[in-house]
Amino acid sequence: MIEPRFTAGQRIRIAYRDASGHCRTPYYLRGKPGMIESLIGRFHDPEQLAYHRPGLPKHYLYRVRFEQSALWQDYGGPGDDQVSADIFEQWLEETDDAEQ
Amino acid sequence: MADPNETELTRGVHDLGGLPAGPIDLEERPLTGFERRVDAMMMLMIGPDGAFTADALRRAIEEYNHHDYTHLKYYEKWVRALRVLLVEQGVLNEQQIDAKMADIRRRIAEGIEV
Repeated sequence: MIEPRFTAGQRIRIAYRDASGHCRTPYYLRGKPGMIESLIGRFHDPEQLAYHRPGLPKHYLYRVRFEQSALWQDYGGPGDDQVSADIFEQWLEETDDAEQ
Repeated sequence: MADPNETELTRGVHDLGGLPAGPIDLEERPLTGFERRVDAMMMLMIGPDGAFTADALRRAIEEYNHHDYTHLKYYEKWVRALRVLLVEQGVLNEQQIDAKMADIRRRIAEGIEV
């Protein structure tokens, strides 16, 4: 079995690309930096299930945490506001700590 | 990379996170008979013994054009998706659906309970 590519605490970036069809990665997170909160598990791929295909192999799904101030220009809320989202591995990219 | 010089990505019609929006109507309303029927059909069609997945339902709704997506009500989106997905999966064909719709319209016109 393929091992997960990412571990909790690791800095990542969400891929900056268009979806080729149904996908679960919201537009507002594309290209944004975040941190792996936890590995949730391995699931059938919804991008395939949506077209009546079996969704195999299963893909790793992570809970990823983002700083609100990194998502929105001129974010007006408290500086330590965060949001978490469940993101499949194929949308995660490695990044340098220095970028954060 | 999130380079501001890169081409802007395409936003799905359903993918509204972060867009300006008005107040949200939080009033609870009882379901109508139509809504209950659509809900029941959908619950039977989704899942291992059904005809398609919840993922396919979402995809079918995400494929609506902007006008339909913003104007159709929640269960209207579902019932249209049911039609699309049941045809895709070969459970029904368009001729069968059209014939049934014509039959229902005739019964309504004649005052027969549908």
